[in-house]
Amino acid sequence: MYTKDGEQYYVVDAHIALWDARPENQRNVHGRQFIDCFYDYHRNLSPEAEVWPYEEYLYQGGERLMRDVFVDGIVDHAVFQPARLAEFYHRGFGQTEEAFALARAHPDKLTYNHYWDPRDGENGLDALRAAAERMQLKGVKLYTADWHGESRGWKLTDPMASRYLELSQELGIRNVHVHKGPTIRPLDRDAFDVADVDHAATDFPDLTFVVEHCGLPRLEDFCWIATQEPNVVAGLAVAIPFIHTRPRYFAQIMGELLYWLGEDRILFSSDYALWTPKWLVEEFVDFQIPEDMSPEYAPITVEQKKKVLGLNAARLYDLPVPEHLRLPEADETETGPREPAAADLAGAR
Amino acid sequence: MTAVLPDLDAGVTEQRVRAALGTVVDPELDEPITDLGFVRSVAVDAGTVEVHLRLPTSFCAPNFAWLMVSDASDAVSAVAGVARVVVELDDHSDSDLVNRGLAAGLGYRGTFGSEAEESLDELRATFTRKAHTAAMERALTGLLRADPSADVRAVTLGDLPPDAAAALRRRRAAVGLPVDDGAPVLVRDDGTRPGPADAALVLRRARSVRISVDGNAHFCRGLLTTRYPGSEADQVPRPDDRPVLPLEVLP
Repeated sequence: MYTKDGEQYYVVDAHIALWDARPENQRNVHGRQFIDCFYDYHRNLSPEAEVWPYEEYLYQGGERLMRDVFVDGIVDHAVFQPARLAEFYHRGFGQTEEAFALARAHPDKLTYNHYWDPRDGENGLDALRAAAERMQLKGVKLYTADWHGESRGWKLTDPMASRYLELSQELGIRNVHVHKGPTIRPLDRDAFDVADVDHAATDFPDLTFVVEHCGLPRLEDFCWIATQEPNVVAGLAVAIPFIHTRPRYFAQIMGELLYWLGEDRILFSSDYALWTPKWLVEEFVDFQIPEDMSPEYAPITVEQKKKVLGLNAARLYDLPVPEHLRLPEADETETGPREPAAADLAGAR
Repeated sequence: MTAVLPDLDAGVTEQRVRAALGTVVDPELDEPITDLGFVRSVAVDAGTVEVHLRLPTSFCAPNFAWLMVSDASDAVSAVAGVARVVVELDDHSDSDLVNRGLAAGLGYRGTFGSEAEESLDELRATFTRKAHTAAMERALTGLLRADPSADVRAVTLGDLPPDAAAALRRRRAAVGLPVDDGAPVLVRDDGTRPGPADAALVLRRARSVRISVDGNAHFCRGLLTTRYPGSEADQVPRPDDRPVLPLEVLP
């Protein structure tokens, strides 16, 4: 629990990882390039005092993770969102067994989400069934830019992906986190498009689709989809660290998300170990829309911050938030995310 | 009497090559690759030019990378006196593939084969449209800040300050919209003027496009300087017509 100025915040970090990018796990040059790219993100957007040495960045292990994420009690609960990246790392990037064991040891603090990949075919469906039972999965992380043999990516609209979504629903996996981040490999397959989320969200209204990195830099495409699909949610991974180096840009992102999606559909995520959550939470609680932006954006209220920092994710993951900290849902936004028909703004395109 | 083009006599210079590279734009950021610091080196040896490009991460989308690399090759080839051009993309996950494909003249699809499902025309068109939408929002928001009561539907190109008008005209021309003083500034993607009921929404939506473009530019510029220390010296600050809302770090 984080307390500031007499206000208590129940904090859920909706996107963390326990990765291993050490040289002995790197399968090829891409494994090194991938972690180097993460390290550049880390160095570029972190406050100077929060920058780690490269060696520490390659692997943290469970003990260090528990210290970094839950230190000073600032995060109450965190959710693992692993990326497989089997073509880049011998034992994969996200460490399934290590993270799952840690979550089992701290069920009050950690939830383990797994991943699936439609290119694993029928065998993958069986594996998902087994994993869901063994790990009691409530969510999955999908990385559509992952390499897989000859393939350099996939879409949620691929026929096999629909089978996996169907099975997820059947198995009680309600939260589907989709990486839609900065323009990155693959090629034209999925490089700049969040449109497949639109289709999947329509086809599977009982699943919640959390768009990680809120579609940046396709924020407008993402917002547009979210106005029409009430089961689409924004994850702030990689967007929230701009709070430090580019606070005015971050203000604009928050302003847009609050306008289009409303305060009930935005999730705080540190993307640990890209960044540690503590400084992000502290800066977010202290953050305000600069006064000279007031014609465009209203100030962010304490209630809105409480929802973003934890209450919204707690709702998705049935986490036990103390009664006195809960807040009612807000009215719908002007663009009407809960009434898709009213938000049919095709004429404005 | 013969027309004299004195430039032709001066031979190929690095300055001219760089000027040509200045016409190559990162489609997603809507900025010249020279301003972004993506040009790592230019070497001129008589009629032979060798250019090296670098990008903010090794995983930058290869379709975007291909557009910039092939545009750079075309732009430099068009410089008078250039006989041979080598453009190479450095430190990218697909450097070898891109460099070989470009050298062999294989084209995007010839280079990437089955991975490249479509040509790049659609990608280019998407971002040309976004560049226009963002410029439209900048111009109108600038105007609204000066006069909050302005009727955005009534604003024409002739009403804009010269800098904003010029920036918008350039992008309107690229998407085939009229550029005369009487043309309405606020238009939908299809070029039509919105009605009174949806004008505010069209502007709101344009704002989120502009924030995307700006945000990506911050991200890529920052990452490049992190990846290549010293490359900030090769970056030109974003021009004034861009952030209507200033985006520098707060004190």
